[in-house]
Amino acid sequence: MSSPSVISFVAALTLVMLAVLGKVLPGWCVFLLVTAFAKGLAALGLVLIIRSGLLSFGQGLFYCAGGYGAGLLMLWGGVNDAMLLVLAGGFVSLVLGAVIAPLLAGYRSIFFATLTLALSMLAHGALTKADFLGGSDGLNLRPPSFLGFQPASSAEAVYSLYLFACVLVVACALACKVHFNSVRGLLSLAVRDNEIRVEYLGSSVKRVISENFTAAAFLGGIGGALNAIAVAHIDPELAFWTTSGEFVFVAILSGYLSVSAVFAASIMLEFIRSFSSQYFPNAWQMSLGIFMLASILFLPNGIGGLLQRRKKRLEGSKIA
Amino acid sequence: MQLVTTILIDGLIDASWIFIVAVGLTLIFGVLNILNIAHGNFYAIGAYVAANAVGMYYSGSNPPMLGLLAMTGAALAAAIVLGPLLERGLLRFFYHRDEIVLVLVTYALFLILEDATKLIWGVNPYYAYEPYGLFGNINIGRMNYVGYDLFLVGLAVVIGIVLWLGLNRTKSGKVVLAVIHDREMSSAAGVNVTKIFIVAFTIGVFLAALGGAFTAPKISVQPGLAVMVVLLSFAVVVIGGLGSIEGAAIASLIVGLARALAIHLAPWAELFIVYLVMAVMLAVRPQGIFAPTALRKI
Amino acid sequence: MRKLIWGVLAAAACLSTASFITTPVSAQGNEKVFKLGIVTFTSGPGAESFGTPGWNAANRLVQALNAGGQLPPPYDKIGFGGLKVEVSVIDESGGTTKQVQELRNAFDRDKFDAIIGYISSSNCLAAAPVAEEMKKLLILFDCGTPRIFEDRNYQYVFRNSSHATMDNVAIVRYLQKRKIKLETAAGINPDYAYGRDNWKDFIQSLQKVNPTTKTGSELWPKLGAGQYGTEISALLQTNPSIIHTSLWGGDLQAFILQAAPRGLFKGRQVAIMAGDHVLHPLGKRMPEGVIIGARGVGGPFAVKSALNDWLIANTQKNEPGVLPSQAHYRMTQSVLGLKSAVEKAMAANGNNKPTTEQIAAALRGLEWDTPSGKIKMALGNGHQAIQANAIGVTKWDGKLNRMIVTDVEVFAAECVNPPVGIKSEDWIAQGFPGAKCN
Repeated sequence: MSSPSVISFVAALTLVMLAVLGKVLPGWCVFLLVTAFAKGLAALGLVLIIRSGLLSFGQGLFYCAGGYGAGLLMLWGGVNDAMLLVLAGGFVSLVLGAVIAPLLAGYRSIFFATLTLALSMLAHGALTKADFLGGSDGLNLRPPSFLGFQPASSAEAVYSLYLFACVLVVACALACKVHFNSVRGLLSLAVRDNEIRVEYLGSSVKRVISENFTAAAFLGGIGGALNAIAVAHIDPELAFWTTSGEFVFVAILSGYLSVSAVFAASIMLEFIRSFSSQYFPNAWQMSLGIFMLASILFLPNGIGGLLQRRKKRLEGSKIA
Repeated sequence: MQLVTTILIDGLIDASWIFIVAVGLTLIFGVLNILNIAHGNFYAIGAYVAANAVGMYYSGSNPPMLGLLAMTGAALAAAIVLGPLLERGLLRFFYHRDEIVLVLVTYALFLILEDATKLIWGVNPYYAYEPYGLFGNINIGRMNYVGYDLFLVGLAVVIGIVLWLGLNRTKSGKVVLAVIHDREMSSAAGVNVTKIFIVAFTIGVFLAALGGAFTAPKISVQPGLAVMVVLLSFAVVVIGGLGSIEGAAIASLIVGLARALAIHLAPWAELFIVYLVMAVMLAVRPQGIFAPTALRKI
Repeated sequence: MRKLIWGVLAAAACLSTASFITTPVSAQGNEKVFKLGIVTFTSGPGAESFGTPGWNAANRLVQALNAGGQLPPPYDKIGFGGLKVEVSVIDESGGTTKQVQELRNAFDRDKFDAIIGYISSSNCLAAAPVAEEMKKLLILFDCGTPRIFEDRNYQYVFRNSSHATMDNVAIVRYLQKRKIKLETAAGINPDYAYGRDNWKDFIQSLQKVNPTTKTGSELWPKLGAGQYGTEISALLQTNPSIIHTSLWGGDLQAFILQAAPRGLFKGRQVAIMAGDHVLHPLGKRMPEGVIIGARGVGGPFAVKSALNDWLIANTQKNEPGVLPSQAHYRMTQSVLGLKSAVEKAMAANGNNKPTTEQIAAALRGLEWDTPSGKIKMALGNGHQAIQANAIGVTKWDGKLNRMIVTDVEVFAAECVNPPVGIKSEDWIAQGFPGAKCN
C-alpha cells in the first residue's frame, strides 16, 4: 500500500474524482470546499507539529503571512498567476517560520502554545496599525489567473479555483503522507513519546521540532495564500486567535494519524458552520460548540483514529 | 511629578481590575490543569446577574452600601449553579485526555455560552450604575478619581490575601496545594481529588463572575464582553506563571503599569502592549515569574 | 452499541447534508415574490447598537410594506411594486472569509434577489467584489469607508447611505459656525481602521478651517476595551479644549459612564461623531452639552414629515418609548431606495418582476425621499449616496423625559460630501473645493 506507483495512482484517481465532484456540486458548495481546503492545509501543518508532541496556538500567524505575502505580490508586484502567488505566500511563511523556529524549539507544552499565540497576536496588532496595508479593513485582491487562463464567468472562476485548490491539496497531502512514513516523520512520533530517548539515540530533538515547525509554517502559508485569492480579500483577522483556534480544532478532530482525515475534518467544520448559520441564525455559534464537544467526546482519536481502527481490523481479520 | 503619580495610580487601578478578572483563570489552571477559554463567559455572566441583582436591589429602599453584597451574592449564585454543573456534567469526561483537548473543550464551551448568554439576556444593554457613585469622588493631586475605582484596589488586595491565606495557611488549602503539585500522589494519599476539583473550579468561576459583577457598574452590559477578557487574563496568567496566585498579582501590576505608561506616553502602542510584555516575558522567563517547579518524568 | 450509535450518526449526517445541499428553493423563479436578505450583526459587540436595530427596522418595514397602504405615498404600494417581500437575516459575525461564503450561499443557494447589509467596513470591502463577480444586487447600508466606490467602479453594488467623510466634516463645520474654542484638539478613537479614518478626517478638516489648532493627545483604546480610566486621566491631564471620539456602542457607553463622574464633560467640549444611538439606552446618564451627530439627519435630528412620523410610530408600536436611531434610519432609507428602484424598473418592464440589471439601472443615480430626508446617488457613477447631515448639542428635556438635541445645524449634502471626481481624502486635504454650503 505504500509503493510510489500505488500512491501516485491513488493521488491521480483522487484528483479525477474531485474534479468530477466539483462539476456536480452547486457553486456555493464548491466555494465552501475551497475555503475548507485552505483551512485544511493550515491544519495539516499543525498536525505536523502535533506529531512531535507540541501544539501551536499561533498557526494563524503563518496563515496570515501567506495571505499577505500572496496579496501584496499581486497588488504591488502585478502578479496574477495563482500558482506563483500561492508559492510566494508559502515561501514568505517558510522564511518567517525558519527564523522563529530555533527560538521556539526550546519551549514545550503550554509555553510553546502561548508563545506562538503571543506572536500571532503581535502580528495582528501590527497589521491593524499598518494604515498603508489598509489597517483592520484590509485590502481587496483582483481575480487570479490560472496558468494564463483568465476565467470569464463567476461559475468558471469558482470551478478553476476549486481545481487549483484540489491540485494543491493532493500535492501537499501526498508529500505529508510520504513524510509521515519516512524515518524523519517517524522520528517526530518518537519525540512525542520520549524526547530523552531520542536524544540518547543520537538525534537532535530541537532540530526535529524546528523542521516540523518550519514545514508547518510553509503549509500554513500556502493555505493562507489560497484563502486570500479565493476570498479576494486579506485582513488582520487571519492572525487573530480565533482563526488559530479553528486550526487547532480541525487538527484535533482529525487526529495525527491520517492525512486525508485533516481535510475531512476541515470540510466537516465548514459545512456544519454553514448549516448552522442557515438553520439557526441566532445560535450558530452554539451549534458549532455542541458539534465540537460531541466530536471530541465520541472520536477520542479523531477521524484519523476511526480510519486507522478500521484498517487495523481489516488487516487483523486477514491474518486470522 | 503629577504625571508620575497619575501613571502610578492609573496603573494600580487598572492592575487591580485585571487581577480580579484574571485570578480565577490561574486558580483553575493550577488545580485542574485547564486553560479555560470560557473564563470570559463567566465574567460576562457575572456582569449580567449583577446587573439584574443591582436593578432589583435599588428599586426598593434598601441601604445603598449593601448593594455591593447583592452583587457578590449574584456572582456567588451564578458560580454555585454553573461550577459544579459544568465540572461534573462536562469537564470530567475529558480529564484523561490531553491538556490541549481540554483547551478545545473550553473553546466549545465559549461558543455555546456566548449564544446562551444572548438567548437569556437578549442584546439590549443592562446597567448597574448605582454602586459606581457609592464612594463619591476623591482628589489625588490635581487629578479627580471615582471612589469606586479605588475601592476596587482594596477589593483586589482582599481577594489576593484571602486566596493566599486560604491556600497556604489552612489545612484544606494545603491539600489543594498538594493536588496542584502532584495529583496522583495526593489521590494515593487519600485526598478526595474529585471534591477538590469541584470546589476549585467553582471558586474559579466565582472569581470570574465576581470580576464581571464589580465591573458591571462602570460599563454597559451587552453582548461581546467575553472575548477581550479571555485574552487579557490569559496574558496575565502566562506572564505570572501558570497556576501562581502571587505571579498573577505581580503580572497584573506589570500589565497595568505598562498599559498606563503606554497610554500616557506612547498611546499608539496601547493595542499590543500586553502581547509585547507577554512575548518578552516568555522569551526571558518562559515559565513565568512564579513558576511552580515541574517534575520531569522519564 | 458503539457501532449502532455511529451508524445512526452517519446516516443522520448524510441525510442532513443531502437535504442541505438540495434545499428546496421556495422563491426561485417565483415572479410574485422578492427575496431580500439582510446581513447585520445579530451577535457580538455590534449587535446592541446597530445590528439588531437595523434588522428590526428592515423586518418591520417589510411587514408594513407587505400589508400595503400603511406608509405614506409614494410608498403605499404593496411590497415592492406588488411583489411580496420575503425577508430574512444573516449574522455578520465571524470574519470576512465566513461573510464571503455566506454571501455566495445567499445568492447561489438561497436565491436572494438582493442583499442589504454590512456594518463593518472590512466586510463591505470583501463582499462588494463577490456580488459584482456573481452579477447580483448588493446594497451596503452602514459601513463607513469611502474606499469602496473611490477605488473601483461597480455595476451591481450600491450604498444607499452616505460614507463616513461627511460625519467629521459636518462636526468641524459646526465647531467653526458656532465659534467653539479650538486651541487644542484631542481624540480618543478605537484602534482599528474606522477609528483611525475618523480621527484623520476630523483633525485634517479642523486644521484646514482653523490652522492654529494644535493636536493634543491621540488616544487609541482597543476596540471592545471597556476600561477607559487611564485614557480619561490622560485627557484630564493634557486638558484639551475639544475632545473628538468615534467610539460606539458598548464602548462609547462605558466611556461616558466612566468619564462623566470625573468631570471630563465639564470645562471642555466633547464631540461624539455618531452619538445618537446611546441617547436612549443611557437616558439621564448621558451628559448635557455634548456635541453629537447621527450620521445623517435621523434620530433626534429627524425633521417632521409624514414618513418620519410613520417610522417613529412603527418603532414605538414594538418598542414603547424607543426613538429610532442611526441604524433604523440608514436601514429604512436603504430598503426604501431599493423599493423605489424596483418599482421604477417594473414600470419600464411592463409591470413584470425586473431583472437584476434593470433594478441596478433604475437605482443608478436615483433620488428618493426617506425619513432622513432626500437621498441622492451622486457619487461613484451613481452608486454611492450622499445625504444631508445634522449636528447638535445634548440637552435633557424634563417634559419629554428624554435627552434631546438643541442648537442644531443642518448641513446640505453637497456641503459636507465631496463632489464627483475627487477622493474624500484629497477633498479634505485641498480644503473642500466645490463644497456648496448655504
